[in-house]
Amino acid sequence: MSERVRLRVFAVAIAGLLGLMLWGFAGLPDFGDYRGPYGDILNRVAVPERSTTDVVTAVNFDYRGFDTLGEEFILFAAVIGVASILRALLGERTRRPDDDAAGRHVPETSLTIRVTGLGLVAPTILVGLYIVAHGHQTPGGGFQGGVILATALLLTYLSADYMTLRAVGPTWLIELAEGMGAAGFALIGFAGLIAGGAFFENVLGKGTPGELLSAGTIPLNNWAVGLAVTGGFVFMLSEFLKQTLTRRRVRHRRRHGERTQA
Amino acid sequence: MSFLPYAVAVWVMGVGLYGVVTSRDLVHLVICLSVMQSSSYLLLLAIGYVDGAQAPIFADIPLGTRAVDPVVQALTLTDVVVGTTVTALLLALSVQAHKRYGTLDPRELRPEQGRDHG
Repeated sequence: MSERVRLRVFAVAIAGLLGLMLWGFAGLPDFGDYRGPYGDILNRVAVPERSTTDVVTAVNFDYRGFDTLGEEFILFAAVIGVASILRALLGERTRRPDDDAAGRHVPETSLTIRVTGLGLVAPTILVGLYIVAHGHQTPGGGFQGGVILATALLLTYLSADYMTLRAVGPTWLIELAEGMGAAGFALIGFAGLIAGGAFFENVLGKGTPGELLSAGTIPLNNWAVGLAVTGGFVFMLSEFLKQTLTRRRVRHRRRHGERTQA
Repeated sequence: MSFLPYAVAVWVMGVGLYGVVTSRDLVHLVICLSVMQSSSYLLLLAIGYVDGAQAPIFADIPLGTRAVDPVVQALTLTDVVVGTTVTALLLALSVQAHKRYGTLDPRELRPEQGRDHG
């Protein structure tokens, strides 16, 4: 199909799709004219029932905890997927990490970047832990804090080098964090069953809303998810780095390697 | 202008789709897909919005204050996570496609190239 025919077919299809979408959305209530009822009910009952001041977290880790378990395992599956897609193929060897972009000189990391980057590592970890710890009180939680914590580890790569990243975040530790976080979250769900209630029932003492130790199992869920997200993101990022920096094709075995893949 | 956020969501999706269809680079294509996906964040948040309401965080505002729908906000979080994982997987596939075919142009990734070596 030629370029022009392809674009014409697309133009007809997109015009139809956008028309249908606009027509469909025109039937929605006006923007700002929310009719409920679930949001309004949750906003009324979540704080007294679950002692969380952040209703979004109460939805994620309590009312909709089972769905979030699925979400957590989507991430887990994606991490495994990235690792298996980027595994060392036949005809590839692993060598000393080196950034040798073709046809381009890679400059040394400047002192400014080194100092700023390394200086930011500790504050970033602190912010990440804070966001995870206070997920049931203020905006944030395990997912958000976990991504910030993963950024802290990536900063060590940006400001130092790949070997430093491997030293502060060795693979076994990252895998352990990812596995323990994902399993921990599921086990907290089973705690509800063991206590004689439903899966993901909030079985711990609720405490006073707004205090750090309150909201029952919700902060524990946040910590488990935070651990899993940190592990998952660092693992994925280091897989991509490993791919760029250490994997090289062995020339003379090229044909053999390709035949095996196909 | 009560329809505007929905129209913007439709537009963002359309722009992303145009990018996907006309893309000449797999990395660019993956980014266009993320743009498409971000239209769903906009749609979800727009559905839950309440005129003049607060965020559903009752740390600083008294209980009973009118707040926006927390359910769609939680769904948006799920949406963001799914978007990230899709992006990561597609980028990983792009890396392998580049190794295999030596190009990132989707138009040059034809199945018969693979059959030649098989």
